Amino acid sequence: MSAAAIDLEREPEDVERTSYLRAGYSLRSWFFTTDHKRIAILYLVSITFFFAIGGVAAALIRLDLLTPAPDLLSNDGYNRAFSLHGIIMVWFFLIPSIPNTFGNFLVPLMIGARDLAFPRLNLLSWYIYIFAGLLTLAVVLGGGVDTGWTFYTPLTTMYANGMVVLAVAAVFISGFSTILTGLNFIVTIHKLRAPGLTWSRLPLFIWSHYAVSLIFVLATPVLALTLLLLLAERVFGIGVFDPSLGGDPLLFQHLFWFYSHPAVYIMVLPALGVMSELITSAAHKQIFGYWFVAYASIAIAVIGFLVWGHHMFVAGQSLYASTVFSFLSLAVAVPSAIKVFNWTATLYKGDIDISAPLLFAMGFIVLFVAGGLTGLMLAMLAIDVHVHDTYFVVAHFHYIMVGGTVTAFFGALHYWWPKITGRMYNEMLARIAAITILVGFNLTFFPQFMLGYEGMPRRYHVYPQAFQVLQVLSSAGAGLLAVGYLMPLFYLLWSLFRGARAPANPWGATGLEWTTSSPPPKHNFTEQPVVVRGPYHYPLKHPSSRDHG
Amino acid sequence: MAEQRELHEPFHQPERQAEADRLGMLVFLGSEAMLFGGIFAAALALRFLHPQEFVSASSHMKLWHGTLNTAVLLTSSLMAAIAVEAARSGRRRSAGRALWGAVASALVFLAVKAHEYWLEYREGVIPGLPNAHFTSGFEQLFMNLYFAATGLHALHLVVGMVLLGIAAINRRAREDRRAVLIGNVALYWHLVDLVWIFLYPTIYLAGAGE
Repeated sequence: MSAAAIDLEREPEDVERTSYLRAGYSLRSWFFTTDHKRIAILYLVSITFFFAIGGVAAALIRLDLLTPAPDLLSNDGYNRAFSLHGIIMVWFFLIPSIPNTFGNFLVPLMIGARDLAFPRLNLLSWYIYIFAGLLTLAVVLGGGVDTGWTFYTPLTTMYANGMVVLAVAAVFISGFSTILTGLNFIVTIHKLRAPGLTWSRLPLFIWSHYAVSLIFVLATPVLALTLLLLLAERVFGIGVFDPSLGGDPLLFQHLFWFYSHPAVYIMVLPALGVMSELITSAAHKQIFGYWFVAYASIAIAVIGFLVWGHHMFVAGQSLYASTVFSFLSLAVAVPSAIKVFNWTATLYKGDIDISAPLLFAMGFIVLFVAGGLTGLMLAMLAIDVHVHDTYFVVAHFHYIMVGGTVTAFFGALHYWWPKITGRMYNEMLARIAAITILVGFNLTFFPQFMLGYEGMPRRYHVYPQAFQVLQVLSSAGAGLLAVGYLMPLFYLLWSLFRGARAPANPWGATGLEWTTSSPPPKHNFTEQPVVVRGPYHYPLKHPSSRDHG
Repeated sequence: MAEQRELHEPFHQPERQAEADRLGMLVFLGSEAMLFGGIFAAALALRFLHPQEFVSASSHMKLWHGTLNTAVLLTSSLMAAIAVEAARSGRRRSAGRALWGAVASALVFLAVKAHEYWLEYREGVIPGLPNAHFTSGFEQLFMNLYFAATGLHALHLVVGMVLLGIAAINRRAREDRRAVLIGNVALYWHLVDLVWIFLYPTIYLAGAGE
């Protein structure tokens, strides 16, 4: 892809000496770094920590649901467990997961820049995230909240218990971190592309990060305002939602979902970008329909702003509004399906290299399609009235956000791990983990579709005896899923110390990030890369291709 | 005259860095516009739900305070724009004077706003205070909206005023012929102005004919 192939021939000792990981060992060199790669590592460690806390809350929920009786948690305890699970997983893991770790690490590398446009702002954004995260930890230690992650009024403003103000403040503050990250990505992609790197040569990972940055910048402030009005109402009694004064609780839901539905695309768009990289690399093939995939990202971001009302089909919204929102929600399926078809077409007759990242990518396609199709069912008014607020909805969004985003997160972690750390992991263990996650995930959440369709409401921990078999299956699946998620923790950490040294380009992939050493030097490239080709310029006749060999 | 601004990582050329700074500010302003968009959406929803009550509550607003402040802010925006043009044509003293003029206007705005709040305090229409009493529930809701909107705007105004002050005392910013810092601060100030231009009819003029 580029002329900067010089790094490929460098000696290992040379790579070792100039690597960004060796640029300093003090705490100061990490906590006051402005190197986007080190900030990505800071994010990776901190979001893993929050993933673990959110996971513990999920484990409590699943254990409690093993029996129809409320035996492990009290009613209030259960409310607090699912509220914390939602708040932490959405704002402190899923939203920053791929953009703030892999986006941070890869956006400058993929476009041939030395860093993001505003490196100090990037560090500030991590500190804001950590400050908000510490407030959330205080909420966890202080007993939590029972608002649900959606903070609906008047429940949250008048009746909810626990450290509501602190929890809302934490989410409010974390929003600034995402706004700054989005701003940084947009300016970087506009102004710091390497010579020759036109928009039509941008990797699809960059396109999807551009799309997600637009949502970061334009949707997050609406959440900030909504939470500010919520805080004013809860703390000072100055509110605009109070129904006893003539305020409208539905107004809160409109404002909340105006952010929180695009937030779903915040979570999934970067995952779609990861997928395009994983699939083309594994197939050793040019992406099928580059512009369709690129514009599909933008289309998802734009249409995603116009579908929020589908969360309020049964909340008292007018039938006319619901019909329009239903139609627009169905429309999102078009760009999403384009992506899935194009990845599949890319694999067709590809020279496929079956590796752990590809297994994660295949798992993603299965889960994303299942989550997407059930999303279409939910977008239809008649079906939604039946399954609204049931486990069907819970299963649907877990298929997209966990089955989709988290699987892509692990795929990205395995694909770029050699680049980030300079070490190879155990391939067989990674494949076993990928399959364990796929099986465990389906075992956890497929029974929830059945539960929901039969009428099990979400957020209840007492249920009829008839649901117990499916609930036990789901909890067993959660155990398997936990094993799948814990495995990489061990073999990836092990690889840091015992893993084989990674070459600059272990997958034979195109992309500027593979033209520099693994791990990259402090300033990414020893000389300014110049781009002369499109992003997925794979050789048409690969030596081991079935068609030609 | 020092024309060269300090070059930061990861930029190689000052032009590119200036463009990036400008784009960063514009993107940030887009974000700010969406923030205030939320409060305008809330005002719109309340007016749709309660058209008559909204107009009648708005008719108790201090129209002259609002109008005076609109004039003050428009003038300050003009001064910010003059500062940018002065810096671009190398007249750093004029740029400094115009920036301080904008800061002074901001202080006048805050003084008028404080007087307005004080009058409202005496009338007992500030929600949450012990002396608060309202003729109707909706009037209290309207005042809630009014304080949330003008309070949030005032907060942005104070930040903008501090930024104007920083640009005014920064010699290098005034000598920069590209007017990067002054230009971006002025952009931010225009947004503060623009938000008020929409707040004024939403809150004050809605009931002005009553």
